[in-house]
Amino acid sequence: MTAPLIKSKQFGLKTPMARAKGLGSAHDGLHHWIMQRVTAVLLLPLVVWLCWSVVTLAHADHAAAFAWLQQPLNAILMIVSVISLFYHAALGSQVVIEDYIHGEAFKIIKLVTMKIVLFATCIACIFAILKVAL
Amino acid sequence: MAQTQATPVKERPLSPHIQVYDMLQITAVMSVMHRGTGIVLTFGLFVLAWWLLALASGPAAYETFRTAATHPIGMLALAGWSFALFYHTCAGIRHMVMDTGKLFTIPEIYKGGYVTIVAAILLTAGFWFAILR
Repeated sequence: MTAPLIKSKQFGLKTPMARAKGLGSAHDGLHHWIMQRVTAVLLLPLVVWLCWSVVTLAHADHAAAFAWLQQPLNAILMIVSVISLFYHAALGSQVVIEDYIHGEAFKIIKLVTMKIVLFATCIACIFAILKVAL
Repeated sequence: MAQTQATPVKERPLSPHIQVYDMLQITAVMSVMHRGTGIVLTFGLFVLAWWLLALASGPAAYETFRTAATHPIGMLALAGWSFALFYHTCAGIRHMVMDTGKLFTIPEIYKGGYVTIVAAILLTAGFWFAILR
């Protein structure tokens, strides 16, 4: 079945689906919803581990904390935590921006800026962990 | 102009707007707090990044981080952040239970809400007791 073509000055020859994709409610919402919950479930045990680690490291000096992160298991769990945390934060921030920023251009600028900043900070965290552990 | 008298304003019935609702009921407050703590936690990720980068940079940078983190203002910020973490985690578990269609009667919603808030407060208190003891 072929989709009906709509010819207009604004959109040219595009199917309704092609016009809607990338705008508003035609985003990949289900994937967003699922990944928000996948990262949430993954973060539950990781948050317990993180809190327990903070309690043990709260009074540690640089050498002790450094030695702790040099342990392969701690470094791996920290990388998984960082990726899950930043991914989950980006998904949540996206919903907040979509809900409260209404101008389409400004909204896209804020969304892209937020994702770039979180992505770059996430990479910086992973780099720091690997610099200590390797 | 022929019409000198102002048209009498008729008191039309208005549809109920948000001000007719109790905005401080637990459902609304918990929803706002889940989002609010999520935003707080996102900003807190930059503190986690600071800690990791300070750890990788060396003892001097790590001492700068520790000085900031153990300063009263830093401790207050971290205490608030830890509460946000525990609240968001507990409320997140409640959200995922509700995703399965459970906890949707009014008494269950209230009970679940209070359990979430009390659990978050107790976890925050326990966490700081473990750190400061």
